[in-house]
Amino acid sequence: MNDIFTTLGFSSATPVGLQAYLIVGALLFVFGLVAAMARRNAIGILIGIELILNAAILNFMAFWRFAGGEAAGGGAMAGPLFGVFIIILAACEAAIALAILLSLYFNFGTVDVDSIRQMKR
Amino acid sequence: MPVDHATQIAAQNWQGLNLSFWLITILVISSGAVAAFARNIVQAAFSLFFTLLGVAGYYILLGSAFLAVTQVVIYVGGILVLLIFGVLLTNRPLERAQTGMGRMYFVGGLLGLALLLGVLYRVITGTSWVVSKTFIEPGESLRPMGRLLLTDYVLPFELAGVTLLLCLIGAAYLVRRRER
Repeated sequence: MNDIFTTLGFSSATPVGLQAYLIVGALLFVFGLVAAMARRNAIGILIGIELILNAAILNFMAFWRFAGGEAAGGGAMAGPLFGVFIIILAACEAAIALAILLSLYFNFGTVDVDSIRQMKR
Repeated sequence: MPVDHATQIAAQNWQGLNLSFWLITILVISSGAVAAFARNIVQAAFSLFFTLLGVAGYYILLGSAFLAVTQVVIYVGGILVLLIFGVLLTNRPLERAQTGMGRMYFVGGLLGLALLLGVLYRVITGTSWVVSKTFIEPGESLRPMGRLLLTDYVLPFELAGVTLLLCLIGAAYLVRRRER
């Protein structure tokens, strides 16, 4: 248990460890999962997906920082590069999702995902 | 007791790093919870702003200022603005209450997710992670990244560009005014 407190950064003799970042990532992931599953507003679902993607990038970065020290070649910068690619794809996803959402709103007059049950009017 | 000067500086540095980690963690977790659970979707969208900024702070702590800047420019400046536009364009009060789930479903879902979080916590703290002896120094990372993007990662890089173009065209096509 003492180990855990050290790796979580409560002692100032050692830096915050890998597990602290992983736990924050897990929390963000669970928050995003709740939002994506329980929200009825489609934009709320989108917010949940953004939270999940951020948790994923955080995990990539944490593993890169703490376990990627010996990586060479393409792996030497794997953390930030994967982060950049995830952010690019998140931008794509947000643009398309909002386009679909606006289209839904024009057609059905609502973005409540429970009341939209067909793909065309 | 005489303390080695370098050790002292190192200790102070860790203290600042740990303190900033915990401040950012408080910001991220509280605003993330609001973003996930707030009834009001506008509140959730604005709360996501602070979550994304906090995660950008983590990227600085983890040694990549470039990714932090990317996060702020694209996520906060682009995606979040897009989300808030979406909220404002479609914000008509829903007919039923916004948390339309039954109480039992809500409690059950929350229990399941608490269980998932517990399992994740046990896995994270129970695993003996193999950590490199040499930490990655937060230093100049832009030059190697640019080099790698045009050598080892050139295919994903080009594909990302094509994907962005396709998304732009697709989004414009989806929201165009249809002639009826």
